[in-house]
Amino acid sequence: MEALVRFWPEIALFVTTCVVMIVGLSADRTIRRLCAPIAGLGLIAAAYLAVEFMMPVSPSPMPYMAVYGKVMVAGVGLLLLMLFPGLADRDLEAAVDRGATFEPIRSTRAEFYAFFLFSLTGLMLCCSATDLIFLFLALELTSLPTYVLVSLSTRRNRSMEAGVKYFFLGALGAAMFLYGFSLIYGATGSTNLSEIARAFDVAAHSAGSGGQIPTIGLVGLVVALLGIMFKIAAVPMHYYTPDVYQGAAAPVTAMLAFVPKAAGFFAIILLLSTVGWRYGKDGIGTGNSLPEVLRVLLWSIAVLSMTVGNVLALLQTSVKRMLAYSSIAHSGYMLVGIVAGPGSVEGGRDAVLGESGIAAVLFYLVSYGVMSVGSFGVIAALERRNADGSVDDVDHLNELRGLWSRSPVLAGVMVVSAFGLLGLPPLVGFLGKLPLFTSAIAAGETVLVVILGLNSAIAATYYLRLVAVPFLEKGDALSTGIVKPSPFPSRSLAGVVAAVLIVALGLAGGYVGKQAAVAGRTGPRPIQHTHPRAGSPEAINSEPSLAPTASAARLNASAGAR
Amino acid sequence: MSLIVLLILLPLLGALLIAPAPEKSAKQIASLVTLVCAGVFLALAARFDWGNGQNDQFGLTWEWFKPLGLSFSLAADTITMLLVGLTCLLGPICAFASFTAIGERCKTYYAWLLILQSAMVGVFFARDLILFYLFFEFTLVPMFILISLYGSDNRKYAAVKFFLYTFTGSMLTLAGLAYVAFKAHAVSTSSDWTFDFATLEQTARAMSPVEQKWVFFALLAGFAVKVPIFPVHTWLPLAHTEAPTAGSVVLAGVLLKLGTYGLFRFALQMTPLAAYEWAPFLGVLAVLGIIVAGLICWVQQDIKKLVAYSSVSHLGFCVLGLFALNGIGISGSVLYMINHGLSTGALFLLIGMIYERYHTRDFRKLGGLASRMPVWSFFMVFFAMASVGLPGLNGFISEFMCLLGAFQAGGEHHWAPSALFPGATTDSLLPGATFGALGPWFAAFAALGLIITAMYILYMVGNIVWGQFKAPGHDDHANGHAHGHDAHAEHHSALPRDLSLREIGVLVPLAIGCLALGLYPTPVLRALEKPVQQVVATVQRDVQSASVAEAPPGAAPQAPVNLSMEAR
Repeated sequence: MEALVRFWPEIALFVTTCVVMIVGLSADRTIRRLCAPIAGLGLIAAAYLAVEFMMPVSPSPMPYMAVYGKVMVAGVGLLLLMLFPGLADRDLEAAVDRGATFEPIRSTRAEFYAFFLFSLTGLMLCCSATDLIFLFLALELTSLPTYVLVSLSTRRNRSMEAGVKYFFLGALGAAMFLYGFSLIYGATGSTNLSEIARAFDVAAHSAGSGGQIPTIGLVGLVVALLGIMFKIAAVPMHYYTPDVYQGAAAPVTAMLAFVPKAAGFFAIILLLSTVGWRYGKDGIGTGNSLPEVLRVLLWSIAVLSMTVGNVLALLQTSVKRMLAYSSIAHSGYMLVGIVAGPGSVEGGRDAVLGESGIAAVLFYLVSYGVMSVGSFGVIAALERRNADGSVDDVDHLNELRGLWSRSPVLAGVMVVSAFGLLGLPPLVGFLGKLPLFTSAIAAGETVLVVILGLNSAIAATYYLRLVAVPFLEKGDALSTGIVKPSPFPSRSLAGVVAAVLIVALGLAGGYVGKQAAVAGRTGPRPIQHTHPRAGSPEAINSEPSLAPTASAARLNASAGAR
Repeated sequence: MSLIVLLILLPLLGALLIAPAPEKSAKQIASLVTLVCAGVFLALAARFDWGNGQNDQFGLTWEWFKPLGLSFSLAADTITMLLVGLTCLLGPICAFASFTAIGERCKTYYAWLLILQSAMVGVFFARDLILFYLFFEFTLVPMFILISLYGSDNRKYAAVKFFLYTFTGSMLTLAGLAYVAFKAHAVSTSSDWTFDFATLEQTARAMSPVEQKWVFFALLAGFAVKVPIFPVHTWLPLAHTEAPTAGSVVLAGVLLKLGTYGLFRFALQMTPLAAYEWAPFLGVLAVLGIIVAGLICWVQQDIKKLVAYSSVSHLGFCVLGLFALNGIGISGSVLYMINHGLSTGALFLLIGMIYERYHTRDFRKLGGLASRMPVWSFFMVFFAMASVGLPGLNGFISEFMCLLGAFQAGGEHHWAPSALFPGATTDSLLPGATFGALGPWFAAFAALGLIITAMYILYMVGNIVWGQFKAPGHDDHANGHAHGHDAHAEHHSALPRDLSLREIGVLVPLAIGCLALGLYPTPVLRALEKPVQQVVATVQRDVQSASVAEAPPGAAPQAPVNLSMEAR
């Protein structure tokens, strides 16, 4: 029962999902339309419950991340929800308005909102995972609904294609990290994250290991990380991103930019926290970074993601593809924080936002979520009327020309979001980037910081186009009259709220930053080296001499008992 | 409410006020707000204790982003006050000068002009590094928009180039600042970070020479682009030429000074060892800038481009004076920042007035304007002379101080090849030489720049002002250039042949400033004495203690060596 308390938010969301599924099928239009408000209430309730029943996840290597993660998911989820009206059943509802009878079998509204909530439930579960199996299921619960949402989002073939592409590559990614998980299990004899942490520590301390974790565990981590790179759209696994982002309707694209990315980063943080950022050149306890193999891997992925994402974004003329590549680049930025790690906790003081890369990533996730709702929100709030009378998303950059004269509010939102993504102070994008800078410097990764800085400058080139085209250029015949504001005002509202948040969090985001710093704290290590943290109730002090085999056997027994 | 805050907030409020106001009243609001700002500045200057200007005054701090120790921390000292004064003087001038030049999207124009002023004032008042960085970066946005909306033909390219150059450099600067903040955090006992100027300055000075070197280069990456120092100056002629008149005035008058201000405030005071070690390097770049940009000026066909390149050349003197690292050089450099803002700003205004009338900036199409526009010609000659450095006008004294500073600055580091000039070896300290790492050769080559300046400015003035009258007929241009043409045509009849009262009113304050600073710069120099001496003493103490012992510099405080404003 105690463990259940932690899951109140997820339970609340699940109940909401069930309600939404039924409500959405109602023959009464007013009741049908309650889907979105009910989903919103469910998210608010989930956030409330997450705070109300706040407790550290124990035992877990990242005990404090869950609450922050859940509240963040609910908050950004609410913004995303505001983008959704008009996405499902638009033609059907129009037909009903004209007098046709409502056929539940043809409606996708209920599924749409239900899958969205399912995905967010999975995301919330991700950040409170304590076990590899749990983590895998949570990741898949996050991803599977998104495949459906991509395909459902428009009635066009390209959405179908995008959905299928996304699904197959997603399955490949899932297979990879599942395989990685199995290797980790093989190396440590447990699927429980803190038991894995203990086994890794014990192995690294045992004689003859050279201070390293077993090779098979390392291979497992590498494979698992590569698989998860699919979720965050980082470089070797990024190929699907532009196609899928372009194929899906803009509100769903906004969701793709945040939800799987957040899930991926939660998973990466949890996985890496089993090893800990305590390795140096001479093995465990001699430094403040990941084992060399993992560090080099993540370092390269970070650099490649930033560079490839930004350089390819320069070449795009489609707004969605540009933002897709920018999303790849932002994953690269956040990986810098992962490489930096949670910072050393020395001298009895807690790691603060400035030196904890994990906290920096958690804070950046919020700012990126808000900024992508802002930028994709503008696209979602516009629509292009084709010659045959159908409507479609705005896609080409030039279709945004002269937006300032037609809809100053949307142009303003785009300008604020683009400057935010660029990292211009005092917007939240800058405050998000600053701790990435400082934490990486604190971890001694100066080269990475310089590359991050230069990449921000490359990125400025295309973000400036996002500013210039809607705000400064005059509309031409191509776009005037064809591109119109969408008839669903809540989409514009979502953009406006996001823009306000981009400014407000930049000027007064201290509270969020503080919570991120708390959430980025790691739990006590099974084996402490220096400065054992006095007074940690959860400290599990096992003996370094404990043989790995004995530990594994005991773990197996305990796993079997469950 | 504190006057400092008022100076930053007033323009912002003005911009907000313009948003709902009708299109026609935008210029009234903007000029009113900038005038009020100038008034507020005078009130602030009256309360400022000029005799004690090395210390921060009117300081105030609000929390901004606690987890990283960021705060809205503002204060004023002498350098700040001088540069803010320049900004507040140029504010109303820019607003009034744009009345006829800007015909469409007035609201956007004046609103961004006000926001720009707020950001510029903020840069100088900021006492938190990230707050400084915020304002520093935020000046880019209004300028980007002003250039790309209201500039001439090649404006989009110019705006993007301007933004990218500065932004790239400043990202590296941010990395350097973050490094210093990390060092400060590492030695402090509290778990809170801080980006406070004074703390970080202490930390940076205690860093090893190698660390200082890297931080110095990180700072240089951002500020050198902004100044701009010679090899990274290429954005400037383009931006200046394409920008609308007021944009050029602000750019030359204040924005370039952000670079020299940054070098003065951070490069010299945070990394004195590196500044000393690399002073010859920067000296060479400065001299190269002076000479090369001067020669480029000489071959320009476009008056505006000529004045733009002359900025590069003039700011070379500024940098040379700064890195002379002695009292006279640094004071001269700071004074030059003000002077350059006055005279070059005025030149841009004058060129803008011509452009409004004849829609050309081409040398070859203009000539003998003295016969048609005597008042304009008077001001043109006046400010050209100020720019050349005619004794009695403002350019002279500061240019001379920069050169003298460089001349006297030490003898250990002669860059003259000793094989060629055996007399000029390392220990031949000249009489009157002060601490520093430049020397007579730097001054000698930089002085060449004076001659070149005189040549190109006189060449320009001679061509445009005197001789046979020559100007493109208005009719040729009725259907001519694309941008803003309707605006010009519409207002064309409103402009008299010679300057209107409004235009004269815009120029007169600048002319008075030039005369005053040229004839009697003593009050400013006296106000600068203490702050500059403090900086010089800091640099000297650190360099000497680093060379005496291997001990970490700045650790052992010595008695400040009395340094020489008296060298004059």
